[in-house]
Amino acid sequence: MRLRPSSPLTFDLPPRFFFFFNFIFYFSVRTAVFAPPPAGAGARPLAGAAVPEEPGTESDDLTDSEESVYSGLEDSGSDSSTEEEEEEEEEEPKDGSPSQAHAKGAPRKSRSLEVDSAWKENQDLLIQNEYEEDSSDEEDIRNTVGNIPMEWYQDFPHIGYDLEGKKIYKPIRNKDELDKFLEKMENPDYWRTVQDKMTGADIKLTDEQVDLVHRLQKGQFGDVHFDPYEPAIDFFSHEVMIHPVTNRPADKRSFIPSLIEKEKVSKLVHAIKMGWIKPRKPKEDTPTYYDLWAHEDPNSILGRHKMHVPAPKMKLPGHEESYNPPPEYLLSEEEKLAWEQQEPAERKLNFVPQQYRCLRAVPAYSRFIHERFERCLDLYLCPRQRKMRVNVDPEDLIPKLPKPRDLQPFPTTQALVYRGHTSLVRCLSISPSGQWLVSGSDDCTVRFWEVSTARCMKTLPVAGVVKSIAWNPNPTICLVAIAVEQSVLLVNPSLGDKLLYGATDQLLESYVAPEEERVQPVQWVVATTEEHSKGIRLIVQHSRPVKQVTWHGKGDYFASVLADNSNMQVLIHQTSKRWSQNPFRKSKGLVQCVLFHPIRPYFFVATQRYVRVYNLLKQELTKKLMTNCKWVSSMAIHPGGDNIICGSYDSKLAWFDLDLSTRPYQLLRHHKKALRSVAFHKHYPLFASGSDDGSVIVCHGMVYNDLLQNPLLVPVKVLKGHALTWDLGVLDVLFHPTQPWVFSSGADSTVRLFT
Amino acid sequence: MGGLEKKKYQRGSATNYITRNKARKKLQLSLPDFRRLCILKGIYPHEPKHKKKVNKGSTAARTFYLLKDIKFLLHEPIVNKFREYKVFVRKLRKAYGKSEWSTVERLKDNKPSYKLDHIVKERYPTFTDALRDLDDALSMCFLFSTFPRTGKCHVQTIQLCRRLAVEFLNYVIASRSLRKVFLSIKGIYYQAEVLGQPVTWITPYAFAHDHPTDVDYRVMATFTEFYTTLLGFVNFRLYHSLNLLYPPKIEGQAEVELKPAEGEAYAMDSESYLEKLSALSASLARVVAPTPEDDMEMDEFPVEGETAEQMDAKKKEQEALEKQKKLFEGLRFFLNREVPREPLAFIIRCFGGQVSWDKSLCIGATYDVNDPSITHQIVDRPRVEQQVVGRYYLQPQWVFDSVNAKLCLPVADYFPGVLLPPHLSPFVTEQEGDYIPPEKLKLLAMQRGENPGEESEEEEEEEDDNDDNDEEEEEEEEDDDSEKEEEAKLKKMEEQKTQSKALPVKVTAGKVRLEDKQRLEQEQQSEEKRLAIMMMKKREKYLYKKIMFGKKRKVREANKLAEKRKAHDMAIKEEKKKNKKARRA
Repeated sequence: MRLRPSSPLTFDLPPRFFFFFNFIFYFSVRTAVFAPPPAGAGARPLAGAAVPEEPGTESDDLTDSEESVYSGLEDSGSDSSTEEEEEEEEEEPKDGSPSQAHAKGAPRKSRSLEVDSAWKENQDLLIQNEYEEDSSDEEDIRNTVGNIPMEWYQDFPHIGYDLEGKKIYKPIRNKDELDKFLEKMENPDYWRTVQDKMTGADIKLTDEQVDLVHRLQKGQFGDVHFDPYEPAIDFFSHEVMIHPVTNRPADKRSFIPSLIEKEKVSKLVHAIKMGWIKPRKPKEDTPTYYDLWAHEDPNSILGRHKMHVPAPKMKLPGHEESYNPPPEYLLSEEEKLAWEQQEPAERKLNFVPQQYRCLRAVPAYSRFIHERFERCLDLYLCPRQRKMRVNVDPEDLIPKLPKPRDLQPFPTTQALVYRGHTSLVRCLSISPSGQWLVSGSDDCTVRFWEVSTARCMKTLPVAGVVKSIAWNPNPTICLVAIAVEQSVLLVNPSLGDKLLYGATDQLLESYVAPEEERVQPVQWVVATTEEHSKGIRLIVQHSRPVKQVTWHGKGDYFASVLADNSNMQVLIHQTSKRWSQNPFRKSKGLVQCVLFHPIRPYFFVATQRYVRVYNLLKQELTKKLMTNCKWVSSMAIHPGGDNIICGSYDSKLAWFDLDLSTRPYQLLRHHKKALRSVAFHKHYPLFASGSDDGSVIVCHGMVYNDLLQNPLLVPVKVLKGHALTWDLGVLDVLFHPTQPWVFSSGADSTVRLFT
Repeated sequence: MGGLEKKKYQRGSATNYITRNKARKKLQLSLPDFRRLCILKGIYPHEPKHKKKVNKGSTAARTFYLLKDIKFLLHEPIVNKFREYKVFVRKLRKAYGKSEWSTVERLKDNKPSYKLDHIVKERYPTFTDALRDLDDALSMCFLFSTFPRTGKCHVQTIQLCRRLAVEFLNYVIASRSLRKVFLSIKGIYYQAEVLGQPVTWITPYAFAHDHPTDVDYRVMATFTEFYTTLLGFVNFRLYHSLNLLYPPKIEGQAEVELKPAEGEAYAMDSESYLEKLSALSASLARVVAPTPEDDMEMDEFPVEGETAEQMDAKKKEQEALEKQKKLFEGLRFFLNREVPREPLAFIIRCFGGQVSWDKSLCIGATYDVNDPSITHQIVDRPRVEQQVVGRYYLQPQWVFDSVNAKLCLPVADYFPGVLLPPHLSPFVTEQEGDYIPPEKLKLLAMQRGENPGEESEEEEEEEDDNDDNDEEEEEEEEDDDSEKEEEAKLKKMEEQKTQSKALPVKVTAGKVRLEDKQRLEQEQQSEEKRLAIMMMKKREKYLYKKIMFGKKRKVREANKLAEKRKAHDMAIKEEKKKNKKARRA
């Protein structure tokens, strides 16, 4: 093993060790005094050749030291084997180097004294008075180069200068590798031989030195006698002692008030005065929880609590939320699929019901935090509104009406079907006696029926589609007005009492043309003989297609409506004088239908949205009724003359009380589709409406003589029978003049009688 | 025409509302602060009746607050605290940036803090108001108390929530006010009647949460901040109403044992004490010792207008309640380690039972498995090895079902490994016409004191009933269809007539048609009704149709459920038959 003095050697040394170390080298220096190296000593001394020393001559060593002479050895720098050691030794304190130089020189002494014994003596002496020789001037400095890297002298034969200024020569070294190896093999002390860098000499470490190195390497203290675990004496303890730790007298400044401190204090005082610095707030020691509602004061309820809308509570879970619900609450496959496809907001349940066999199988609900969070959001983000929940029994909403049974008679069942037409039957009319029925159809025929037997008595082919038909209401005249294209035909059906229809013909023939021809909007033409044989007596030729024709109650006048939008829409004709006139100067809109008042000289004109009432005598507008409908289709008047009903294409039926107001007394929305026609019964308090939905609704419409009592309207029967054809149902309704029967003509080319 | 010009949107409802942004500007708060303030003060947006008017003619979607509410917020002292806090944070950041640690210390020392006491008092002027709004507070506290102690929110909050929740549970046990429990797939619902107010809360099952990322925990934390304050005060008051010590102390020895170690400190300060308390196994210490004759007879105060029957009903109800409170009295339960301990211990203790568990499971076990006096052992495993004679081994659902049924149910259905009967929600009260699951009918019969032995008969009867119902419904549907039928009939008649026209006249002996008078009458009535409905006003008709639609939908749903059940039962029956056959073969 080779000794490698490690670099921490110097750093870890306690002061005491330095003394010791110095002493060692000092000692070795002293030995060198008496041992000037023999010039030419080539080989290193063996271990046995110990350093000779004489303790007795200690006092002289300083003076003698300068005498020591070294022989210069040129080759010392080239010795590579010791370079490591050199480098390591560089870090050693400088005061060690001169002594080492001597130690190197020591083996060259010829003295044969045993080192060990001498060392021991020396040791004893050391222990006796350690401090006697411990002074800085005793340090032996042979080499005066100072603390420089020694490799600067590598190329020189000398290694420095002594006190006299003479060169100190390196010891001669001419060992080659073989020599070194041999020495390594032969010299048993080779491992404890180190080179002194300051002098270049080899030094053999003594046992004590080796021991010291070992101790230091282990991290122990260099001094064997040093006890690291001595009981510590705490000088600077927290306890107040009577004696000061140091003997130093107190500073003067400790007696004089400090200006800087004074400034600082005054600043603080000022800040406190100004209120900039506040004393630290005492921590509140009121309990966190106490009886908050100890003094419940009902008056403390703020006004805003009245506006407060408490949040609705979370919905309580139903059976389907159970971990083990009844099987019917579990979703089937389709339901599950539907649930997945629904928007999360639309779902009725926000979870899929599931069944677990036992409680330990139930997993955590992954949306638990979500749901709580959504609740939080609802609580602070959701706008609240107080909504009144209707808690009504639906039965209470149904109005209490007299029972239909108490309002009899009214038609209830279908009695007869009049078949014969091949196309839709547009219009119906009945003779004042109630024995004959006439119907006009799109198949360009007019058929006369016997009411009681449903037998077609007569068929009158006409030139075009029959738009309207009206039987003269005067029982003494047997005449039917038929609107066909641009003309109105006055037909004597020649049915019933022969006297009666004979009289009618006579009446028509008794006409004497006036002397002077008056300008008329229409042309009155007497029927040809061929036409006469069919029953047609007179033809009133208009300039435009005729939409509607209606008789005055007396049976002399009739009005016709033209499909036009000029002021020529409505014309009033007088049969007896074969005279027509246009009552209106200005058009007020598209006229839908017109009507004569049954008793008084009033004339009703229904345009799309309004019904205008004209006084024929005064020739002025008396009333304008707002129907609240989009498009009036038909109109009928109560035989009393004070009430009107209007049917409209937006499936409404408006009942007007003329005495009451110009707005409808009631709007009935019984039908689901457009109303085509409405009708009043002559005697019974009944009215009916036919609609495109194929039903006829018969209502009881009682009008009281007492003006204070409003009319009573009760639907009594829904009559169905007509089949829907081309989305059309019932086209016309008509009451029997004496019986509570109602006729209806439909798009299915039939006429039906309900009794 | 004199007078001032009336400007639009300067009077009426337009001036009563304020949009959120305007409110925020008025309060000079940032949006998060405004949100916090609204949450704490319980301010919520209102939906104005005429939104367009309020919105100054615009139809843009905006949230509106009542102007009064916002003005009311202006005076709130907490608003200033918010601002102070903002300044504090700014200062602190600056100090940190300059590494002025002494300043940081000083600032932290003077950290502005606020209390919510006055807000609680203001939002709930009376104690009853507070109780009414306790549902959300409890659910939230129970949720927060299950959060992990890391991340998400402050540990103190979680601990406080846990503490308050445990305190409340202990109160419910002490007052025996639990009424209903329900095992849902979301968690466990409890309903207690606290001073006459029903309080419902839900606790999640004891699993770790997988915290969703799309949840704003700050909002939840703000709510919790308020709820903990509220719950603390409520707990205090509730404990005092029962003469219990608050902060709660465990009765008896435990107190003595713990006292030297803790001194005057709050019982919950020590973790172990909280755990002991949360074990729910010990009763709480009272200020005044309870007198033995606590359960006095209720005095009768006849109220005017109350008939004797009503009085009787009331008395009966009271008695039933008393009976329910003592449902598990005298029973000794032992909870196996696989059953959820806290809910079961809580429920059993609420109804006077004694409960214990394995010592290693939780603190507070009072007796051992081997205790011979145990009457019921709650087990949730398919089979139990080494059964001890003299006790029932039951699945946990028995406890829940018994509580809801207000009687100890027969144990046979709940043995370990047995297919459990469905667990029904106690919160559903079926009205007439609603679907009632057969299990519920059975239960109702049992509650009435009928013998559950004649199940099969009852079932048949039920089925019959169901059938009857179905028939009735079908009849109703028929009424709707009757018009069509009539039409069809008429058509037929017509066809016959036309045929008779075409064919040579032939008379066949007519059959005497027996007219069902009842049916006729019914038809007539329904027609009358239909006609009357025609005469309804538009508004009423709309309402009527809506109501009827809702009713019909309800009926449809009930029918659907009944059908499903029927199908299921049939399937099971067939399977049974098959099994039998297979066994025979």
